[in-house]
Amino acid sequence: MAPRYGILSDINPATGDSDALAEVEAYLRRQEEMDLLRFITCGSVDDGKSTLIGRLLYDAKLLFEDQLASLEKDSGKYGTTGAGQLDLALLVDGLAAEREQGITIDVAYRFFATDRRKFIVADTPGHEQYTRNMATGASTADAAVLLVDARKGVLTQTRRHSYIVSLMGIRTLVLAVNKMDLVGWDRATFERIADEYRAFAEHLGLVSVTCIPVSALTGDNVTRRSENMPWYAGPTLLGHLESVPVDPGAADAPFRMAVQWVNRPNQDFRGFCGTVSAGSARPGDRVAILPGGHLATLARIVGFDGDLPVATAGQAVTLTLAEEVDVSRGDVIAAADARPEVADQFAAHIVWMAEQPLLPGRSYLMRLGTATVPARVTELKHRVNINTLEHAAAKHLDLNDVGACNLSIDRPLAFEPYAASRALGGFILIDRQTNATVGCGMIDFALRRAANIHRQAMKVDKPARAAALGQSPCVLWFTGLSGSGKSTVADLVEQELHRLGRHTMSLDGDNVRHGLNRDLGFTDEDRVENIRRVAEVSKLMTEAGLIVLVSFISPFRSEREMARELFADGEFLEIFVDTPLEICERRDAKGLYRKARAGLIPNFTGIGSPYEPPESPELRLDGARDDPEALAAQVIDIMRRRGLL
Amino acid sequence: MTPSFDRLTHLRRLEAESIHIMREVVAQFRNPVMLYSIGKDSSVMLHLALKAFHPAKPPFPLLHVDTTWKFREMIGFRDMIAKELGLELIVQINQEGLRQGINPFSAGSAVHTDVMKTQALRQALDKYRFDAAFGGARRDEEKSRAKERIFSFRTSTHRWDPKNQRPELWNLYNGRIGKDESIRVFPLSNWTELDIWQYVHLENIPVVPLYFAKPRPVVERDGTLIMVDDDRMPLKPGETPEMRWVRFRTLGCYPLTGGVESRAETLPEIIREMLLATTSERQGRVIDHDQAASMEIKKQEGYF
Repeated sequence: MAPRYGILSDINPATGDSDALAEVEAYLRRQEEMDLLRFITCGSVDDGKSTLIGRLLYDAKLLFEDQLASLEKDSGKYGTTGAGQLDLALLVDGLAAEREQGITIDVAYRFFATDRRKFIVADTPGHEQYTRNMATGASTADAAVLLVDARKGVLTQTRRHSYIVSLMGIRTLVLAVNKMDLVGWDRATFERIADEYRAFAEHLGLVSVTCIPVSALTGDNVTRRSENMPWYAGPTLLGHLESVPVDPGAADAPFRMAVQWVNRPNQDFRGFCGTVSAGSARPGDRVAILPGGHLATLARIVGFDGDLPVATAGQAVTLTLAEEVDVSRGDVIAAADARPEVADQFAAHIVWMAEQPLLPGRSYLMRLGTATVPARVTELKHRVNINTLEHAAAKHLDLNDVGACNLSIDRPLAFEPYAASRALGGFILIDRQTNATVGCGMIDFALRRAANIHRQAMKVDKPARAAALGQSPCVLWFTGLSGSGKSTVADLVEQELHRLGRHTMSLDGDNVRHGLNRDLGFTDEDRVENIRRVAEVSKLMTEAGLIVLVSFISPFRSEREMARELFADGEFLEIFVDTPLEICERRDAKGLYRKARAGLIPNFTGIGSPYEPPESPELRLDGARDDPEALAAQVIDIMRRRGLL
Repeated sequence: MTPSFDRLTHLRRLEAESIHIMREVVAQFRNPVMLYSIGKDSSVMLHLALKAFHPAKPPFPLLHVDTTWKFREMIGFRDMIAKELGLELIVQINQEGLRQGINPFSAGSAVHTDVMKTQALRQALDKYRFDAAFGGARRDEEKSRAKERIFSFRTSTHRWDPKNQRPELWNLYNGRIGKDESIRVFPLSNWTELDIWQYVHLENIPVVPLYFAKPRPVVERDGTLIMVDDDRMPLKPGETPEMRWVRFRTLGCYPLTGGVESRAETLPEIIREMLLATTSERQGRVIDHDQAASMEIKKQEGYF
């Protein structure tokens, strides 16, 4: 009978009852001392990646009889290795859809153990369109195994995978030169590939590279030393994985813990829960609470079985502080004498993971550590061609693109460069409309610009200016399709406000595009920037005490949301001029719809580019039912009801 | 033993990850619940929750979806644990299914599981408007689970879309959802069956006695040993329950859960038996095998 959890030399089925228990106890004690290595495998189906993982599981005797029976059955049904042979790849290709298509489309996690170590393997797809899946698998990996086909050598995709591995901060890399059986176990072939690869990897800053000649199909140098390649003196793949270091260094670094949750079971206890991402701390240690910078003394490390003497990297702990200081989710507790930086602008690399492109200027939510803040890409410096590593100018990032950019967040956060800390340097971006995770990023360094431009505190402020004018400043934001009647209604509203003695200003899409926004076109990127500028100008005008009427198509919810966030509560009124497309098109006062239909205006809202109607505007005007005078009256009415007049 | 603080052992690393996940859920969601299925995985998950929120109690109720066909010992254990820990326990039974007389014998395992488990679970989630539900599933159990996220997004109709999962990077879990959408959370995703038993051993976690061998009344059907737990089980001609030393590696509805012949009466004996076992744990489950890629389909429909 074969043991199933690695090579369990000390568990013998024939051992008698009393000794058997001693065996198990000894085994468990040793198991409890083992550590865990997480690694990722990269390469395509053609390189034999799934076969390699299947081989690791199969040779380590980690498969049960029922799994083997199911494998034999499936090998006949879906297998690609020919009649009578087990297709080990089928062990790892999980989803039914994947089995049908014969490709791996998502990250699958596998578990195995040897006498020396436990392993979690993230099996990730190799094609370019699955770059995001590979980045996902790599984000939690300590090491990477990169496969190449010995017949083909280092290919474009090998370079791509290496780049992503280096981007995601994996420093331990194994190049498994597979299918050595198909090149006659030829030493020169292996060495040529290994040399070429090492030169390339060095270029990427991947210094710890081990090259191993293997055959996943036959098992040579995977788990057992190859008799076919006596010229190779290095470790087997499994032997190497058993000995590489797991995430060294984090324990020696200064203490860092992002606060996840504040535990307040009663008035007398306030515990700060989180996972220690680096270093260690003991009661009595001085800590800083960031980004605020308050200092405190660590009082207790509260554990389920009593207090702990020390909190160390990797542990999920609950800390209490001696002083009453304000600490909440998103804050970082750090060693007082070696604090992380605090900033609100960064340079970072981003991997884009959504069908909808990344648009500079658009507001996304950033999760960094345990903090969630609105964030915008302020400058897209370049896109990285992940196959050639060349830089190219870009206006946006598409699915699976990698870009270098500057980001700006709404409030400062504690962070560290990703190269120093995955926990405080890696972030995700979330779409504010769909809530989907649309990208991930790695912080390179902080930008100092904002730090050096201090906001001037003026003696004459907005309330003073508003009081001098005797009115409540606000923004009436008219959104709707071209031809919906925005400008007409806004004009009538402004005339009425003027008659009432109010100080107003109008910003109209067409007019602003002739001046301030003359440099912008109608691509999605430019539309975002167009709205950002208008929103900022409106803000300056409300600071001047004015009532601002903005008539812009402003087709995207995200940007209208961004505009809204610039203003105080109740100051921003989103007015949806809801006129159906057919009616707007019938009116076609400027002849634009006709041109758009003729294909002369690309990206025309409603025809070639979407309009996202507001979900809960302050006011919806029915442009199909009421005439402009009635609509304007409704605007005046809501202003009165809200105390703005 | 004193845990080493210099380097986290694999169990301590897994423990810390699970606690981190649970705290994320409590921080990000309004109304979470823990699916408590009474098995060893649930026992470990509950123990981790006690640790994660100590000295507070876990700030969410337990939910047991009772098909009414669970082993009696499971129900006794469930009630004892909830009482001892002073936790709120919600028991959900699909009353409509009960009225229709759905049972594993006449309806078959697929229909029984759909009506009494999947539908009942969805009823409970809708009724209490839970926005996050913890489940004890592990990625090593089954192929489709190996690809599921730790925060697994569900639509407002509880569906899982395996082709449209949110990327999950580092330990940053995106719990943002729209109206009526929810997240299933699997804090034990990276644990294996052996890890679970080792942790039960290390932490002295109570588990249902059915995991330990003793003489129990069983009949053999299609090579599976089914325990006759009460008199609702229709016996086929020629079938007589006989007392045999059996235990269970996995627990579900008693008519759908096969026992194994065993003399393992203690935890180390169970672990030893498992180390020498030649079949995987879910093999004793009838429901995984009733259609091709069956777990993936059940999950898409809202099964845990």
